[in-house]
Amino acid sequence: MSARFLTLHNGSAVPFHEVPRLELTAFLQQMIDAVDRGWRVSSYFGIPTEAGATLCCALSSTSDGSIALATADAAGSFPSIARFCPQVQLFEREIAEQCGLPAEDHPWFKPVRFHRAFVPGRDAWGRAAGEPIPVGVMDYYRVEGDEVHEVAVGPVHAGIIEPGHFRFQCHGEEVFHLEISLGYQYRGIEQGLMGGPDPRTPFRMETIAGDTTIGHMQAYCMALEALAGTRVPARAEALRGIALELERLANHTGDLGAIAGDVGYLPTASFCGRIRGDFLNMSAVLCGSRFGRGLVRPGGVLFDLGPAERDDLLARLDAAQSDLQGAVEILWDAPSVMSRLENTGTVPADTARELGLVGPAARACGLNRDVRRDHPYGIYRMAQIPVVTAHHGDVCARSTVRWLEAGKSLDFIREQLKQLPGGGCRNEAGSLQPDRIAVALTEGWRGEVCHVAITGADGRFLRYKVTDPSFHNWPGLAMALRGEQISDFPLCNKSFNLSYCGFDL
Amino acid sequence: MLREIIARLKQGHRTMAYPKEPVSLPQRFRGYPEFPATVERSDARACAEACPHGAITCDNGMALDTGRCLFCPECAAGGLVSFTTDHRLAATKREHLIVRPGGEHHLARPLEPSLRSLLGRSLKFREVSAGGCNACEADTNVLSTIGWDLGRFGIQFVASPRHADGLWVTGPVTENMREALLMTWEAIPAPKIVVACGACAIGGGPFADSPETHNGVADILPVDLFIPGCPPHPATILDGLLRLIGRIEGT
Repeated sequence: MSARFLTLHNGSAVPFHEVPRLELTAFLQQMIDAVDRGWRVSSYFGIPTEAGATLCCALSSTSDGSIALATADAAGSFPSIARFCPQVQLFEREIAEQCGLPAEDHPWFKPVRFHRAFVPGRDAWGRAAGEPIPVGVMDYYRVEGDEVHEVAVGPVHAGIIEPGHFRFQCHGEEVFHLEISLGYQYRGIEQGLMGGPDPRTPFRMETIAGDTTIGHMQAYCMALEALAGTRVPARAEALRGIALELERLANHTGDLGAIAGDVGYLPTASFCGRIRGDFLNMSAVLCGSRFGRGLVRPGGVLFDLGPAERDDLLARLDAAQSDLQGAVEILWDAPSVMSRLENTGTVPADTARELGLVGPAARACGLNRDVRRDHPYGIYRMAQIPVVTAHHGDVCARSTVRWLEAGKSLDFIREQLKQLPGGGCRNEAGSLQPDRIAVALTEGWRGEVCHVAITGADGRFLRYKVTDPSFHNWPGLAMALRGEQISDFPLCNKSFNLSYCGFDL
Repeated sequence: MLREIIARLKQGHRTMAYPKEPVSLPQRFRGYPEFPATVERSDARACAEACPHGAITCDNGMALDTGRCLFCPECAAGGLVSFTTDHRLAATKREHLIVRPGGEHHLARPLEPSLRSLLGRSLKFREVSAGGCNACEADTNVLSTIGWDLGRFGIQFVASPRHADGLWVTGPVTENMREALLMTWEAIPAPKIVVACGACAIGGGPFADSPETHNGVADILPVDLFIPGCPPHPATILDGLLRLIGRIEGT
């Protein structure tokens, strides 16, 4: 990385004025160069200004645990680099929508979430102030031809699932192209955070993506702790790690069951549906909530773990591990299941790299990236967790990665429970220092969660940017469907299991 | 096939006996709130001011609105309010969600006899997530797993609104989902019921008064069952449903 981007470590803060303010073209060129050299765009967003926006980019490197920051000012519009760096295409559309600033030469310039810009009266698409912005109404990519047809699904789907719209261009059963249009869950989280935090902020953080309560809440706390200079007790870090791995276990278990269900293999589907609940109940042993609500707060955790609860958790872990093994091992031994999982929904490694995929979806393509190892934070600075990869990039690889990761998480939790550090579990959360920027990355069960917090002169949020792993990975699902049968969509979708509200914010 | 049979035998029969036997809840579970019958006015005001969700009021004696409450631990830490492990929170009237010291613990009441006889032993819902964070959705889904086995009560979540007797809403109702929600409601044949599942669907939850969301579904459609919680525990949801169809009565 050129000396012109400032580097820092995960969960740290620097004075905002120290972040280099580059000339716009140089800024964009450096982004392209860095991505060519293997860096990833973790976050790219705009801070609205009178003339346009201050663009801010956080790049991350797996090789030396660095995060690189720089900003540049754009007025009126900003040039798109998506043609050279596909992983920014959604970020650029997001900047345009939020700041009301067109992205010039964007190859696919459309709204992301269908809302008005944060700056009243400004609009990247030139829509009038009173004009309604109907969600999902836009030009979709279309394949024309006598035997080509279009299938539109959603926003309301068949199951109990969040809303989104999917357009398939099909030739018979074969999908030529899938376009995914979201925004139905848009709750205005980032706009609501300007001038924050306020007493309701932690609760909104816990509900950015309800199944990633710990992942997002930990990132929020790391950002605040960095801004305030708060030290977190070792015991709290261990408890946060246990909660994060329990969240991963519950979701990976649920996904393995759902994948089995989508290929009609009911034993694993029904066993895992129940065992997922066992892991959720373990989170409830920690803090009373099956989703970890109310556990993690700036400065530490709100619930300590007594010896009785610890023994209870250890016993529950043993029982769940044995049940999970029995439920999932039969899956790999069923040839009819394997023939459905293998070579279905393949994402080539190059495509995954170009799109900047994260989490199990990336690791299933052989991309060896995991925030817990690459940018260690909290307990992962002290205790390493092995990273699991697979190489085929298909549904089978994504399932295998989940299964092996679940095993690592079980071992990790057991080890942590047996050697919990002593001491308290929460320190006083200090007040936020003014004019600073903090970057926090965590490895949620879907992959990298990135929070960037910037304070103004008053010590309140000038801008708070949230990037859920789903934001990186939805385009991966679209690519996985190319050349597949449309009937395999549910299976491919489940193998990614992405968040709608985490994307929509 | 043999391996599947062995696995099945090892996993055993895991459907819980509830409602015949009580459901097992963790010690730290935060359910029905309680507070002392007499509270100093200044203490009540401090507690009301500390609640970021506006769930506690003290104008007319202290009251806690479980429809706005997120059951967060901060409140109990103040010492005034404590949460029991009583999971029975669902109610059929909005005002029944207001808990007052010494007041009646209102439980969900059965549907009208005429509607119950029309439904027979079957009740089907079409679920719509309208800004839900996937926690209410997940713990609604859980009821259909073998542990809870919702099907044994004749209750099922169906794919088409045309097959449904009611609408199941999660989330504060985002502006971007309002139209789809209403279209789904219209597609359900009458007579039909509405369930508001979770703090968001009841009153907006953490997103109450946010410009991009509505304050739940109650302002938009008539609600027949309110299920408090963020998210509600599956036991809370099931208790409400079983009372609604008359499978559980009394306390």
